[in-house]
Amino acid sequence: MGENGFNFMPAWPELFLAVGGMLLLMIGVFRGPKGREAAATWSPAHAINARSVTWLAIGLLVITAFIVSGQPIERSVIFAGMFVSDAFSIFAKLLILLGSALTLILAIDYNEREQMARFEYAVLILFATVGMMAMVSANDLISLYLGLELQSLSLYVVAAFRRDSLQSTEAGLKYFVLGALSSGMLLYGASLVYGFAGTTSFPGLAAIVADQAAEAPLGLIFGLVFVSAGLAFKVAAAPFHMWTPDVYEGSPTPVTAFFSVAPKIAATALFVRVMIEPFGALGDQWWQIIWVISILSMGLGAFAAINQTNIKRLMAYSSIGHIGYALVGLVSGDETGVRGVLTYVAIYLFMNVATFAVILCMRRQGKSVERIDDLSGLATTQPLLAAALAICMFSMSGIPPLAGFFGKLYVFLPAIAAGYYGLAVIGVLTSVVSAFYYLRVVKIMYFDEPAPAFDQPIGTAMCIVLAGTSLFTLLFFVYPAPLLGAAAVAAAALFAG
Amino acid sequence: MLIHALCFYLFAAILVASAVMVIAARNPVHSVLFLILGFFNAAGLFVLMGAEFLAMILVVVYVGAVAVLFLFVVMMLDVDFAALRSGFLRYLPIGGLIGLILLAELALIVGAWSFAPEAASASQLPIPDPSQISNTHALGLILYTDYVYAFQMSGLILLVAMVGAIVLTLREREGVRRQDVSRQINRTREQSIEVVKVPTRGGV
Repeated sequence: MGENGFNFMPAWPELFLAVGGMLLLMIGVFRGPKGREAAATWSPAHAINARSVTWLAIGLLVITAFIVSGQPIERSVIFAGMFVSDAFSIFAKLLILLGSALTLILAIDYNEREQMARFEYAVLILFATVGMMAMVSANDLISLYLGLELQSLSLYVVAAFRRDSLQSTEAGLKYFVLGALSSGMLLYGASLVYGFAGTTSFPGLAAIVADQAAEAPLGLIFGLVFVSAGLAFKVAAAPFHMWTPDVYEGSPTPVTAFFSVAPKIAATALFVRVMIEPFGALGDQWWQIIWVISILSMGLGAFAAINQTNIKRLMAYSSIGHIGYALVGLVSGDETGVRGVLTYVAIYLFMNVATFAVILCMRRQGKSVERIDDLSGLATTQPLLAAALAICMFSMSGIPPLAGFFGKLYVFLPAIAAGYYGLAVIGVLTSVVSAFYYLRVVKIMYFDEPAPAFDQPIGTAMCIVLAGTSLFTLLFFVYPAPLLGAAAVAAAALFAG
Repeated sequence: MLIHALCFYLFAAILVASAVMVIAARNPVHSVLFLILGFFNAAGLFVLMGAEFLAMILVVVYVGAVAVLFLFVVMMLDVDFAALRSGFLRYLPIGGLIGLILLAELALIVGAWSFAPEAASASQLPIPDPSQISNTHALGLILYTDYVYAFQMSGLILLVAMVGAIVLTLREREGVRRQDVSRQINRTREQSIEVVKVPTRGGV
C-alpha cells in the first residue's frame, strides 16, 4: 500500500456483500412482477421471485463467509483509520454471516405461508448484515455510528415487514422510536468524548484516555456513560430492554429469529471492542456500569420470563438474560473474559437458531401458533422436534454436558479469577431460576396431554438447519477446541494493540 | 466590525424568535414557515462565521427539501395537531423535570469541562487556513479521500431508507389514473375527437 494509495483488501467482504445486495435489488425489481402486480401486497409471482432472490442472498452470504475466512488475521487499518480488520472482527463476522444465512433459510417457507414473501426481505437482511460487519470492524466513532445505523434502519423495516398486521407495524414503530432514542444517546456521548479528546479514532482515543486515566475528567466519563447506555440499548440489556419483548412478539417469527442472533452478536462484539480498545484504560470506571447492567439483565431474564405464556416473549426475556451472562465476561475485562464473551455468543447463536426453527414449525392447519401450551405432548406427536427443543432448553439453562453449560463456564471462570465473586454467584443463582421456565417447556412437551399435532412436513432446508444446530448444541463438548481456539485468537487480537 | 456585530445580533434575534414561533404558532403551516425563516437566519450566521458551504447546504437541503416536505405533510395529511398537543399539560411536569435534570447535568459538565492536553494535536485533520482555500474546496478534498468510507456508508443508509419506504408503503389502489406515454402517443385523431353537429338553439 502506497502512502496515498487505497488498499481495499481488508474491506473486500463488505464491498462484495454491499455490491451483491444492490445487484440482488436490481434482479428482484427487474425479474419480479411488474406494474400493478408489483404493488400488490402479495401474489404468487412475488413468492417465486422472493424464493430465488433469497437463495441467491444465502449464496452471497456463504461466499462472503469464505472471503472473510480467507482474510489475514493480522490487524490492518484502512480508509484513513476508519476501518479495521483483525482476528476479532473476522471471528465476529463469521458468526454474523452464519446467523444471517441460517435465519434467511428459516424465513423462506414461513414468508410464503404467511403471504409476506417479497424479495426485499432478503435484500434488507443483506444490507443489515453489511451494517453489522461494519460495526464489528469500526475503528472510529463515525464508522461505528454509520454501521450501527445501517443495521438498525434495515431492522426497523423488517420488523414491520408484515405491513398489514397491526402487531408487526407496532413492533416496527416501537423499535424505530426507541432505536432513534438510543442512537441519540450514543451520539450525545460520542460528541462529549470528541469534545474532550479532539479525535474520534479508537487508537487516538485510547492514547488520550490512557494519559488521563488516573484522574478521568467528568466530561469524558459522561461521554462514556452515554455511549455505554446507547450500546446497552442495542444489545437489549436491562435496564434498556423495554423494547425487546414487544418487538420480539410483534415481529414475524423469522425476523425475531434474526433479531435474536446476528444483531445481538454484532452489538455485543461492538460493545466489547469499544470498551476494551478506546476506553480500555478507563476500566476502573466502566466495569461498574457493565456489572450493574449484567446483574440486572440476568435477574430480569430469570424472573420476568417465568410468567410468560407466549414462546416468543419467553425467548425475548431469555435473550435479555443471555446478554447479561455474556457481559459477565466483559466485566472481567481481560483476554480470557473476552474469549468467554465470544464463546458465549457463538454457542448462543446455535441454541437460538435451533429453538426458533422449532418455533417456526409450530403451526396448525396452516396457522402459526405461539403459546407455550401449544407444545404440550409434542414428545408423543413429533418426538424428534420435541427432542431438539429439549436439547436447546437444557442447553440454555446451562446443564452439562450441553453447549450452553460451557458458554456459562467460560464467562464465569474469568470473573472468578478476576475476583468478581458476587457477580459469579448471582449469575449461577439466576441461571438456576431461569432453569425453571426452560425446564417447564420440557415438562409440557414430555408430560402433558398431547395437543393436536403440528402441520407436516416441515421442509428439507428447515430440517437440515434444525438438525445441524441442535446436534452442535448436543455434541459441542466432544470437540470444543476449534471454537475455543478461534475465540482465544480473536480475543488476543483485541489486547495486542 | 460594527456591521458584523449588528448582523450577528439581527440574525440571532430573528432565529430565536422564529424558533419560539415554530412551537408557539397555532397553525402548523405558520410553524413550518417560521421554521424556514429560522433556517435562513441560521444560514446567515454560518456566512458570518465564514462557513459558506454549510450555509448553502442548510438552505438547499433544509429549506429546499425538508421544509417543503414538511409543508406537504402538513397540508396533505389531515393531522389533528390540537389532539396531538392535548397531553401537553399532563406531561409537562415530568417532561420539565427530565429537562431540568438534563440541564443541570449539562451545566455540571460544562462547568467542569476540560480538554485533553493533546486534543488539538490529536485531531486527524487540522483545519486548513480559510484565507488559502475555500470551504467547498477543503471539504471536497477530504470527502472522497479520507472520508470515502463514511460517505459510501451514508449512501447505503439512504438506499435502505428508500427501499424501506417503498416496501412498507407502496400499495395497489383501485382507481388510480396512471400516465401511459405509449397510449398517449398512439392516440389517433379518430379516437379522441368527435365532430358533433350542434343544431342551432338545440344545445348538445
